[in-house]
Amino acid sequence: MQKVSRKEQQLREKARQQSERRKGEETYTLSQGKLMIMRFRRNKLAIFGLIVLIMVYTMAIFCDFFAPYDGNTMYAQYKYMPPQKVHWFDENGTFLGPYVYAIQVGYDPVTFQPVYEENREIRAKIRFLVRGDEHKVLGLFSTDMHLFGTGNPDVPMFLFGTDSIGRDLLSRIFMGTRISSTVGLVGVLVSFVLGLILGGISGYFGGVPDMVIQRIIDFIISLPTIPIWMAIAAAVPNTWPVLRTYFCVVLILSLMGWTGLARVVRSKFISLKNEDFVRAARVVGASNMRIIMKHMVPTFTSYLIASLSLSVPGMILGETSLSYLGIGLRAPAISWGILLSDMQNIRNIALYPWMMIPGIFIVITVMSFNFLGDGLRDAADPYSYS
Amino acid sequence: MLKYVIKRVLTLIPMLLVLSFVVFVIIQLPPGDYLTTYINNLRASGTEVTERMIAELERRYHVGGSFWEQYWGWLTNILRGDLGYSFKWNRSVNSLLEGRLGYTFGLSLASVIIIWVLAFPMGFYSATHRYSPLDYSFTAVSFFGMSVPEFFLALLLLFLNFLATKSYAGGLYSTQFQDAPFSFAKFVDLLKHIWLPFLVSAVTGTAGVFKTFRANLIDELSKPYVKTARAKGVPYRKLLIKYPVRIALIPFVATVGWMLPSLISGSTVVGIVMNLPTVGPLLTNALKDQDMYLAGSIVLILGALSMVGTMISDILLACTDPRIRQSM
Repeated sequence: MQKVSRKEQQLREKARQQSERRKGEETYTLSQGKLMIMRFRRNKLAIFGLIVLIMVYTMAIFCDFFAPYDGNTMYAQYKYMPPQKVHWFDENGTFLGPYVYAIQVGYDPVTFQPVYEENREIRAKIRFLVRGDEHKVLGLFSTDMHLFGTGNPDVPMFLFGTDSIGRDLLSRIFMGTRISSTVGLVGVLVSFVLGLILGGISGYFGGVPDMVIQRIIDFIISLPTIPIWMAIAAAVPNTWPVLRTYFCVVLILSLMGWTGLARVVRSKFISLKNEDFVRAARVVGASNMRIIMKHMVPTFTSYLIASLSLSVPGMILGETSLSYLGIGLRAPAISWGILLSDMQNIRNIALYPWMMIPGIFIVITVMSFNFLGDGLRDAADPYSYS
Repeated sequence: MLKYVIKRVLTLIPMLLVLSFVVFVIIQLPPGDYLTTYINNLRASGTEVTERMIAELERRYHVGGSFWEQYWGWLTNILRGDLGYSFKWNRSVNSLLEGRLGYTFGLSLASVIIIWVLAFPMGFYSATHRYSPLDYSFTAVSFFGMSVPEFFLALLLLFLNFLATKSYAGGLYSTQFQDAPFSFAKFVDLLKHIWLPFLVSAVTGTAGVFKTFRANLIDELSKPYVKTARAKGVPYRKLLIKYPVRIALIPFVATVGWMLPSLISGSTVVGIVMNLPTVGPLLTNALKDQDMYLAGSIVLILGALSMVGTMISDILLACTDPRIRQSM
């Protein structure tokens, strides 16, 4: 049967001792919330997902500080430079700590492509807290402090290589976190409001509004999302500022995304509205709003949170696909999808494979949301003891 | 039963009308009017032939008319089977879409079959052999499949294939077979290319189906009726196939119609990355050039066909499940 975690065993033991001590006068109880936290903590993948996501969002807030360079600084002499190697030992095998060699740019006599070689004479240590490009922390105060780097403008370090005009890919990935990770959250927030209101009306009142909303949901579900997203996003003018385009794209994503949540809310409302406690509230004369907010919604908040975190991945994948296709968000905005949009043909894929690194970040972030969402859903389900 | 079919077909008509309206709004969305620019350009070249063309265009698209006049004109043209004209390609939309639509739906349908053929046996094995090494590896692959964007997986596979063979695997045919008549050699060449888009949809599409089927089946397996049947001596295999598997399959039969939109949606992006002769690349280019009549027609057709697909699956489902027939 199911394995009981050590924590739960301890709690049960404690409960037994307590009840013995008081000779059965009182039993040890755990609240629904505590049980949920306990079930959640047993799920290792969910914990892993939570930790990764905390890291991703910390990165999104302080990305300028974590990135060694400003993502828009160009190093024109290093175009499409492959990732640089980090060395730990010198030629004789003595430990020096992490360092990089300076890069010498040569040209291939046949293809005229730049060739990058390590210049073994000059080495630069990678240090913590170095000065570099100016940036603003939280938009409040400016500083030129970065978490790590060489601190030497003549010997730059490009751990993930550079792009077509010599910008540091690592820094750009870090800065892309800001758009890519928040699109999901903001989008889910908008679809949450839509789904809760429309699903609530549909389930609580029934009748004609229910039928209309159900037909709208049927309609949206039977549409292929990406072509519709593409068609609407293409209408966003190129000239709009990044922030405005961003909110437009988020809105477009959530216009198609609220249906799943609305279905969950509706089915919950239908099953709850004839429960005794709801009838009792109605009999004592509580208003509809009060019944919904005070009595019904709290019973399925945990389901809502779980299905919210499970609908974030769809949003992130949608934004990435649109940006990759060059529709919706475009450069100079930086997001993981935009970073991948250079990889449109096999020539670039074959010559500059490191430019696909942003994809790994997408996969890890989306996977963490899936882990977290699964964990939350299982924890919220009072019947899941597996 | 007939009553249900008629009802379901009748609900399709207003949905298609709404779709056509949404698409027409999308066509009108971009600021600046491609048609006006096009007419002005024609006028600038100023020969008598173009004057006649302009008159024809203005009549056809009801230039200067109200929104509803334009919409009505566009809709009646479509009902006559005329999808409009691509200004960018200087060809009728019908001729551009010919062939491409076939590939799009061929690929999507084949993907549904591949996904089911893979996902159900995998889910069955995983549910009956929980926590076995193979169960863990299936689960790991499905987590990856759920988290990777289709286009990135396609890029990754193109890259790996390039490393392995030093050749490009995009497209559906090699260059020498592109315009060749259909032959066995061409078919072999097709097989050499088509496994890549299939692998993409197999990995991304199988993931969700596998995960849900596994969870459903595990839920069923722990129910008392399974224990009762075992206690009565029903052979395990026979019992599994006869009861829990059937029940675990219900949600998939119920939602098979929803698979089509998501597959069409996924194949659009994969088609673009892998340069397949599907409508995907045509749609992106049309949107980038703001060739809105072409783009609108593609969205309309994709939407309409997935609606028809959903309807067919609903009807099939009603044939098998009497509860659904009655709930309508």
